[in-house]
Amino acid sequence: MSILLDNTTRVIVQGITGREGQFHARNMRAAGTNVVGGVTPGKGGQTIEGVPVFDTVEEAKAATDANATCIFVPPPGAADAIMEAASADISLIVCITEGIPVIDMTRAMLVVHEHKATLIGPNCPGLCTPGFGKIGIIPYQIFTPGPVGFISRSGTLTYEVVSLLTEAGIGQSTCIGIGGDPIIGSTFIDYLRLFEADPQTKAVVMCGEIGGSDEEDAAEYIKTMSKPVVAFVSGRTAPPGKRMGHAGAIISGNTGTAQGKVAALEAAKASVAETIFDIPGLVRQIL
Amino acid sequence: MKIHEYQAKDILARYGVPVQPGKVAHTPEEAEAIARELGGPVVIKAQVYVGGRGKAGGIQFGDTPEQARDAAKRVLGMDIKGLTVEKVLVTSKIDIKEEYYLGIVLDRKSQAPVVMVSTAGGIDIEEVAATTPEKIIQVPIDMRWGLRPFEALNIVKRAGFPSRILRQSAAILAGLAKAFIESDANLAEINPLAYTADGKVMAADGKIVIDDNGLFRQKEYATWAETEEANPLEYEAKQAGLTYVKLDGNVGIIGNGAGLVMTTLDMVARSGGKPANFLDIGGGAKAEIMYKSLIFVARDPQVKGILVNIFGGITRGEEVAKGVIMAQSELPKSMPIVVRLSGTGAEEGRALLKDAGLDWGKDMRDAAEKIVAAIARTEKGR
Repeated sequence: MSILLDNTTRVIVQGITGREGQFHARNMRAAGTNVVGGVTPGKGGQTIEGVPVFDTVEEAKAATDANATCIFVPPPGAADAIMEAASADISLIVCITEGIPVIDMTRAMLVVHEHKATLIGPNCPGLCTPGFGKIGIIPYQIFTPGPVGFISRSGTLTYEVVSLLTEAGIGQSTCIGIGGDPIIGSTFIDYLRLFEADPQTKAVVMCGEIGGSDEEDAAEYIKTMSKPVVAFVSGRTAPPGKRMGHAGAIISGNTGTAQGKVAALEAAKASVAETIFDIPGLVRQIL
Repeated sequence: MKIHEYQAKDILARYGVPVQPGKVAHTPEEAEAIARELGGPVVIKAQVYVGGRGKAGGIQFGDTPEQARDAAKRVLGMDIKGLTVEKVLVTSKIDIKEEYYLGIVLDRKSQAPVVMVSTAGGIDIEEVAATTPEKIIQVPIDMRWGLRPFEALNIVKRAGFPSRILRQSAAILAGLAKAFIESDANLAEINPLAYTADGKVMAADGKIVIDDNGLFRQKEYATWAETEEANPLEYEAKQAGLTYVKLDGNVGIIGNGAGLVMTTLDMVARSGGKPANFLDIGGGAKAEIMYKSLIFVARDPQVKGILVNIFGGITRGEEVAKGVIMAQSELPKSMPIVVRLSGTGAEEGRALLKDAGLDWGKDMRDAAEKIVAAIARTEKGR
């Protein structure tokens, strides 16, 4: 098994007629994902990448019985696209879009919660279950199926660490890039709960970074987990007050420092890797 | 995006928040004219993007227009935490009897803006939060409604504001919340909220930080962007669509993706080097962007070598290599460059680098060690 994405997942792509949407719809299908349709207002009735295009999510859901969506809508309309998907009772919403105004996200989250949907992102690379496919932009070829659940705040760092695991012969159950914005739909703790309950997953690798307190909150939950966790925190050399690319990656006052996160994770008995190169070895020790 | 106090007060005034009358001056003469127009004693306040202006001498007083001119002369051109004061706000002086704090900040955990109110005004709220958190009332705004008048009243009442200012401060708080939401703010603060000797309640200082992601629809505020004197390179990078953060070391660092670049900084530090910057080229960059990034990083005179770390996905290795080779011919011969490529187009890219005689690392650690060693060698050779 895996989490969130398996052979029952039927995906639509919001913004499928855009350059990014079309390109990644094709890649998702090539990875084996069951892409059942796309949505672009005004382009309903067309066929793109072998799937039907609809004007609205409601229409797409009625015609295809989709239960997941991947959003490539540009920032001004992306939060509305999230709300449209949640309102149509799409249960898994993956939003790739980077640059959504944070005020829009505060409103979108109300609708996501109201409809009990799971939102991954925004500003994230999506998720991948090796053997079933992917939703989002993660390069599929770096994965191999196996027992390790993987969660990270960052895109390319995810690719880097997953490649190290795969090279070391350690496969993955599901891999999720949770997003780098201050307001994201789900955080580490939400995914740790799912991995804890997933029979295929035997251990979890979690890559955090400076800013916020998601890693500290995750540490509290890790204390109660039966499965081992290997953690890494990037930004140990980042100075306070400087935003390191991600809108969420900033040390303000005493909160959000790498040192604080490492200490919290160590106190929770997670194995904390000094560098990403130490991750495969630590995983091997606990598997 | 940071904005100045006078701009924050301009926004607040649009939402019905009382502020002292005042104008911005760029010269002592302008300050004198504004003081004359206002009549009576004035305050001259340095307009720079940092806190702690008062302690640094950036806030001065003048009882007459002539004194205002002299005060402005002292403040203009002053250096405050590395920033040169280029303009001052000249406002009427008020006689403050009591100081309160009103703030709104975006909170990740409640996924909403959170109102923070305290009777301990005028000082650093983070300090109050750390030492006496019970003195701050915190309430998330329900974004279905915004902050409703009765909620604003409840909050100031619970914070212990005295009856004589309850109605006014609640109205100001509601205005602050509206300004926050409609301006795409990340932070909006009135500190202090002043109660004056003549019984007025007004924002004696104001601070607003605008969400960069909201600037596409905040067209007026977007025009307020200006160079931070201390970080002209950061400003220029932003205009060019690059995410650049200046640091103290001598190893220039370029990569794709914030998390990967941050991890590269850590790796360079572990290898005994000191990162000079953080530069994220984003996804799908072409040779041209790569070229510009290298030239850009090398403009920092502290940079003695450059490490490029790319994990190719939508970014292609051969594009990266082409950009690096283009830049190499324009950079000083003594400037070592190490490139690490992985993922899409990595092999093609490495072949190009080899032909051009450029050094490459087999992984992030190898590349970090190579650039640190190369810089040490050139430093020694001097």
